[in-house]
Amino acid sequence: MSSDKTIDVTLEVWRQKGQGDKGHFENYEMKGVSTAVSFLEMLDGLNDRLINEGKEPIAFEHDCREGICGSCGFMINGQAHGPDTGTTVCQLHMRRFKDKAHLVLEPWRARAFPVIRDLMVDRTSFDKIQAAGGYNSVNVGNAPDANSLPIGKEDAGEAFDAATCIGCGACVASCKNASAMLFTSAKVGHFAKLPQGQPERDRRVVRMFDEMEQLGFGACSWTQDCEAACPKGISVKWISRAKKDYLKARLVHDMHTGPSKESGPG
Amino acid sequence: MVLDSKCPTGPIETRWTRHKGNIQLVGPINKRKHHVIVVGTGLAGASAAGTLAELGYRVTVVTFHDSPRRAHSVAAQGGINAAKNYQNDGDSTFRLFYDTIKGGDFRARESNVYRLAEVSANIIDQAVAQGVPFAREYGGALSNRTFGGVLVSRTFYARGQTGQQLLYGAVAGMMRQVDLGQIKMLPYRDMLDLITIDGEARGVVTRDLLTGKVEAITGDAVVLATGGYANVYFLSTNAMKSNVTATWRAHKKGAFFANPCYTQIHPTCIPVHGDLQSKLTLMSESLRNDGRVWVPRKQGDTRAPNSIPESERYYYLEEKYPTFGNMVPRDVASRNAKYVCDDGLGVGESRQAVYLDFRDAIQRLGKEAIEARYGNLFDMYEKIAGENPYEQPMRIYPAPHYTMGGLWVDYNLMSNLPGLFVAGEANFSDHGANRLGASALMQGLADGYFVLPYTIAPYLHSRGPRKAIDESHPEVKKALADVHEKTNKLLSINGKRSVDSFHKELGLLMIDKCGMSRNEAGLKHAIEKIKGIREEFWQNVNILPKEGQTANQELEKANRVADFLEFAELKCHDALTREESCGGHFREEHQTPDGEAKRDDEKFAHVAAWEHQGVGAMPTLHKEQLTFENVKLSQRSYK
Repeated sequence: MSSDKTIDVTLEVWRQKGQGDKGHFENYEMKGVSTAVSFLEMLDGLNDRLINEGKEPIAFEHDCREGICGSCGFMINGQAHGPDTGTTVCQLHMRRFKDKAHLVLEPWRARAFPVIRDLMVDRTSFDKIQAAGGYNSVNVGNAPDANSLPIGKEDAGEAFDAATCIGCGACVASCKNASAMLFTSAKVGHFAKLPQGQPERDRRVVRMFDEMEQLGFGACSWTQDCEAACPKGISVKWISRAKKDYLKARLVHDMHTGPSKESGPG
Repeated sequence: MVLDSKCPTGPIETRWTRHKGNIQLVGPINKRKHHVIVVGTGLAGASAAGTLAELGYRVTVVTFHDSPRRAHSVAAQGGINAAKNYQNDGDSTFRLFYDTIKGGDFRARESNVYRLAEVSANIIDQAVAQGVPFAREYGGALSNRTFGGVLVSRTFYARGQTGQQLLYGAVAGMMRQVDLGQIKMLPYRDMLDLITIDGEARGVVTRDLLTGKVEAITGDAVVLATGGYANVYFLSTNAMKSNVTATWRAHKKGAFFANPCYTQIHPTCIPVHGDLQSKLTLMSESLRNDGRVWVPRKQGDTRAPNSIPESERYYYLEEKYPTFGNMVPRDVASRNAKYVCDDGLGVGESRQAVYLDFRDAIQRLGKEAIEARYGNLFDMYEKIAGENPYEQPMRIYPAPHYTMGGLWVDYNLMSNLPGLFVAGEANFSDHGANRLGASALMQGLADGYFVLPYTIAPYLHSRGPRKAIDESHPEVKKALADVHEKTNKLLSINGKRSVDSFHKELGLLMIDKCGMSRNEAGLKHAIEKIKGIREEFWQNVNILPKEGQTANQELEKANRVADFLEFAELKCHDALTREESCGGHFREEHQTPDGEAKRDDEKFAHVAAWEHQGVGAMPTLHKEQLTFENVKLSQRSYK
């Protein structure tokens, strides 16, 4: 729009062709960027320019462009999703930046998130954690009436606060240990907060924690960078609660991992 | 060819029960002999895959995302309908059925819609059992709110992220089956073609988006749950990767595409800010429960909204439609927004926006109450527009959002192409010419949890357990070769224009000539222009890098845009052929004196199912006549 300001920014972007490529930074000068556009729209504009110049566009993950699918995400000057709190990079708008800003863009860095290309990383390890217990074992067709178990307003709200995790990986990226504790604990906590999650509470936390460790994520040393980076503002309290659940399951209820999968339908 | 919907006859209240009782089953020991391929992991796909696997079928799931949780169902905001009558306000299965048929402007199949209303209650039960954190009242019961086009409060919600929570519930159920070894999950796999053998759907061709490897996955039935085609407009509320490829390729292999002209323009979205706009963001319809829509009465009134006194505000929906007010269905709200902007009353820099004002609700209920209901939506608006909706009205404008058209299916959700099942937004079945709010979530989960697991059985039973098809089969080899050829062709074009530039050009043409308002001359012009854009695409598109054996986002987009450039022509053709106005399809030549849609029930109370005859060639029309025995056809009025 005509009345919007424009700024000039310099982008220093990580380019890497894949796992085998060493990778390097490349600089791009962006002149006259409207402050009304989003960060990714600015990158779209850059990519269009690169294609017109016959150069390879920058690969970055994105989809919904409204902060809910969890696809997008990279570091801007060392901050996951950029400088705003509670914001995914697709929601970040250029009005946030000053003229002549120098912005370094890097992919999430974690052993469990191998780089695919440029700013895109492989987060399928998150689903492996999810598959290790992030569910209630209830077959379709068996459910009682939805109102049969009352759940207090605050409890439902709190469960929602944990369930709102979009699986973007910013928590892992911002943690110096690349720990997935916030992601895993949020899922554990969501179910632990609801009556329907109680029957499998112990199995769930033990299996998910163990899976998380096996996948090469780091341990949690309580730096709390995860909560600060989380675009959904998920609290580290869920980590405390999940750790407590884990200890209780292992030490008090004597829950072990191992071949604990039920057999499939007969 | 006569389209047989296979709908049961007799009293509508018992059609589904009788159907379930009469259809053949696949017994427990035989289920594992059938391999079902599910493409798409949104509400319909995830629920179908999970439920089929629970039953014992072998299931392979294909998604082009890195994770099933990315499917665009995740972005649905406002809620899901169900005929529970928890609010004691007169809801019932019949009322939900009636509201949906009327909301669809009497262009949907009665049997399908009744079934939808019937199973809706079970969906809420299942979601709660899965741990979906729906909003609750203090006493612990589920909360409800109202949506457009209805006079009861039947919508269940989880703040403004209902789609996200329902999707995660369905995905959780699916991931449990992955854990149990009942589902093989294939992320980063883009379906690029359907494999048909002896006229039946027996598999899909996929391209691995990380390595470029092209593979065939064969099975005994294919379920497409690949969403809608609103991205034909480039700017829509859809995610950027949402596309028509899976259903379009199936269409080119013989599956009829029904009612493509029925597209829904949602009335409340954040307006366009400029040329780099990449998509349009939805502001949930639920906001219309508490927000009041208005424009200044005077043309060119550029005063700040808070300084415009009440008497100089035109609350056009409240004045025109006293009974439903701001809660009229989407097509009515969108058209009226367009009318007032066309009349020069629009606001904002572009003058292509109207106000959605919460001043009165905040005064009446307090800021905390509004925050509790819509918190995240207000935050989202502020992040994008840079304005605080607690202090000044939101600026909104209609945007393409949902597509009622899709592949034709019978009562068993099977295409005319045997073995191909279609669920969710990808099929045409339940919403007629306009979908009511909170019905999409309902339909996707109804199809996946409670319909398809039953209705897939007769087909599988009739074919019996079959030998697996391997890559040496001539049809499979041909399908793989076709995909390779198309990929190589795209990469070999030494063009100058980016894929996005073609997509934008198509989108602007479509929103102009086949958007909220259509006419004969405009549609004919559009068809000619589409042919031109398509021709230029195949000569002048520039895909970089020029490598297929690697992650290549431009190549991914190119496949999708190539398909949109073919599909768009069919959509315009359908709009041209349907010489009436109904729901989201508005032909300027067919309107009532006060600007409402004017149907022609005598000539057009049918489903228009199109058969592909070649790119650019005239498709063949097959009509499925719709009969209304349980609701009286009437002029849809919300006054």
